[in-house]
Amino acid sequence: MRRIISVLMENEPGALSRVVGLFSQRGYNIESLTVAPTEDATLSRLTLTTIGDDHKIEKITKNLNKLIDVVKLVDLTEGSHIERELLLVKVRATGAQRDEVKRSVDIFRGQIVDVTSNMYTVQVSGTSEKLDAFLQALGEHTIMEVVRSGVSGIARGEKILSI
Amino acid sequence: MELLSGGDMLVRALQDEGVDLIFGYPGGSALHIYDAIFRQKSIKHLLVRHEQGATHSADGYARATGKTGVVLVTSGPGATNAITGIATAYMDSIPMVVISGQVPSDKIGEDAFQETDMVGCSRPIVKHSFLVKNAEEIPEIVKKAFYIASTGRPGPVVIDVPKDITNPVDRFPYQYPDKLRMRSYTPAGKGHTGQIRKAVALLLSAKRPVIYAGGGVVQGDAADLLTELAQRLNYPVTNTLMGLGAYPGTDKRFLGMLGMHGTFEANTAMHHADVIFAVGARFDDRVTNTPSKFCPGAKVIHIDVDPASISKTITADVPIVGTVQSVLTEMLEMLKASKEMPDQSAIVDWWRQIDDWRERHGLYTAPRYRTDGDMIMPQEVISAVHQITKGDAYVTSDVGQHQMFAAQYYLFDKPRRWINSGGLGTMGFGLPAALGVKAAYPDAEVVCVTGEGSIQMCIQELSTATQYNLPVKILCLNNQALGMVKQWQEMQYEGRLSNSVYEDSLPDFIKLAEAYGHLGMKIEHRDELHGKLEEAFAIKDRTVFIDVYVDPAEHVYPMQVMPTGSMRDMWLSKTERT
Ligand SMILES: Cc1cc2nc3c(=O)[nH]c(=O)nc-3n(C[C@H](O)[C@H](O)[C@H](O)COP(=O)(O)OP(=O)(O)OC[C@H]3O[C@@H](n4cnc5c(N)ncnc54)[C@H](O)[C@@H]3O)c2cc1C
Ligand SMILES: Cc1ncc(C[n+]2csc(CCOP(=O)(O)OP(=O)(O)O)c2C)c(N)n1
Ligand SMILES: [Mg+2]
Repeated sequence: MRRIISVLMENEPGALSRVVGLFSQRGYNIESLTVAPTEDATLSRLTLTTIGDDHKIEKITKNLNKLIDVVKLVDLTEGSHIERELLLVKVRATGAQRDEVKRSVDIFRGQIVDVTSNMYTVQVSGTSEKLDAFLQALGEHTIMEVVRSGVSGIARGEKILSI
Repeated sequence: MELLSGGDMLVRALQDEGVDLIFGYPGGSALHIYDAIFRQKSIKHLLVRHEQGATHSADGYARATGKTGVVLVTSGPGATNAITGIATAYMDSIPMVVISGQVPSDKIGEDAFQETDMVGCSRPIVKHSFLVKNAEEIPEIVKKAFYIASTGRPGPVVIDVPKDITNPVDRFPYQYPDKLRMRSYTPAGKGHTGQIRKAVALLLSAKRPVIYAGGGVVQGDAADLLTELAQRLNYPVTNTLMGLGAYPGTDKRFLGMLGMHGTFEANTAMHHADVIFAVGARFDDRVTNTPSKFCPGAKVIHIDVDPASISKTITADVPIVGTVQSVLTEMLEMLKASKEMPDQSAIVDWWRQIDDWRERHGLYTAPRYRTDGDMIMPQEVISAVHQITKGDAYVTSDVGQHQMFAAQYYLFDKPRRWINSGGLGTMGFGLPAALGVKAAYPDAEVVCVTGEGSIQMCIQELSTATQYNLPVKILCLNNQALGMVKQWQEMQYEGRLSNSVYEDSLPDFIKLAEAYGHLGMKIEHRDELHGKLEEAFAIKDRTVFIDVYVDPAEHVYPMQVMPTGSMRDMWLSKTERT
């Protein structure tokens, strides 16, 4: 099963490499990873998605917790949560394609953020699944370049991850 | 406040931490620190002959004393030479602080002379690491390093110190923090009382219990508590290789070691147990054999300070996260307060069954090796040394058959007496570890059990023994081969001895020992074994290299059938299987 694990860690040099190193060292895979400082500059928030059964995820969270830099973590997929990923994509858009692409962008509530005579640069945000669907809808022939931010997530309701 | 240079701060912080001994080797990036060491008195520094030796010596010191071992090396090759010893300490959860010099901050990343990314190289084999950015951070980093290394599940911590940080010119206010706050590190202490109560109830309901105790009991200073609990319940105890000494080896409730080379009675009792009480042990694959076949009828209680050790390979029915000391204390209190007792008739039957196993194939009810020929058997060498040293020596070991014979036949009654590399299995560990122990306890009898293969991996430390007058006994069970490798080749590769023999290239160890200023003694015949060993052990003020020629054909048994067997599937001799 796909899991979204959100980690609060010390904003120290080396902290990120310890997290990433843990995954390669113990043979866990990372599907996506995002990290940035939080409102408290001494803390970073790292969100990663990985795939595994309950036993594997338990091992991952236990070993993450063992890292000295990790302050707290939560498996967001255990409860209801909001998941977002940002997609930037350059698509070929000439002639009739221009309208077609624009329609798809509208359907997925995306935005065209840059234009040339041959190309649109499109921004879409949402769950990874939605972004996959959007790329599928575009059809491979028009896609020139894809950038995805990796997943960020936050719990729904009043649950918060803080120290 | 006092103003000190970075180098002086580092040394002062070590003093304030109570360090009295460092093992190390100098070089360019560490020279400011070495100068600071020269200008003080309270910390003694032992100059080893190879940085691997420094880490193993500090490790042996830590295992014997319970204190944190301290190592100082230079950057680049000094740091990388320390890697094997850091990994060894990491795998066996040994508290160690390794200070490595680094190239100056402004040179980092420029492929400078003797630059290696030590924090990166050591990352997977340390509990934590620090790269010092400013001299002002030194006191707090040192304090944190020792705190992290020695608490929770202990382990090695690296402090990498760029040379400019320790320069003698710039001075900074020094104060050693007396308290630490670390929001991201809170090692487990007391266990959950509800879980402990459950564990006690399950233990009391057992009809075929086995207590399976590991290195956590030794490192966690809980051998007395474990012994009290086992004796109160009259339950059988088995120890892992790392746990030997956690329960008295000569007590009748001790089943011997379990696992790959564990005794028939320990492995068979585990297989048939209904309750397994795992204390500070981590269900290593050299213990469980095939996990899916592990102890089919057993409920498992597991105490460990590291949650990641629990239900890692074998699922625990009653997991308890906490230190062995606090959890066993609480359990004993509950047991004393409880009116319930174990089912006596079931326990009597269980003991009868175990005694029957002991009679049939037990290691300690009859010699399970040849006792007729002229050839010296390795097992009897260990038994003889056990007798001569009254079972009270510190025994360090290298890795191989000799290690297993020592584990099986030197019955340790006390914790911290058996010092070996279990998790990493590092050949070369034994001699430097012995020197670390001897440096801590100058009056103690320290024996390094080794093989002619392993001893050559850190033989240079014979020179360290000379310089600091650290007289230890080196007991080489010389079978003229990489015996453990050869055993596997004989059992699994139809006897094709690919690169496990030396073709008459072995040195004359007696002359070699003498060249370093030590004594050498060769024992080749069975009838001279006891006499010569007595003679060697009567010498207290010299290092003695005892080169014992043992039967090269001997294998270590029992040996679990791998890779698909259960705990009780064992070879008992070259021809006999369970
Ligand atoms: C040639 C060779 C053969 C081997 N054969 C065998 C064999 O037959 N049998 C065998 O047992 N081993 C054998 N080993 C060793 C094996 O590889 C493991 O090192 C060993 O089994 C691990 O021992 P342990 O389970 O006691 O764990 P350790 O490595 O000692 O770990 C201790 C555990 O206790 C925990 N702990 C530490 N401190 C505390 C505390 N204060 N409170 C609570 N918990 C704590 C730790 O978190 C850890 O989980 C062999 C090794 C070699 C090199
Ligand atoms: C550094 C290192 N290299 C290789 C091994 C693999 N190995 C395990 S036991 C062994 C043979 C050890 O030979 P010796 O020291 O003579 O001991 P014996 O088994 O003969 O008693 C080897 C090569 C190891 N454990 N450590
Ligand atoms: Mg040998």
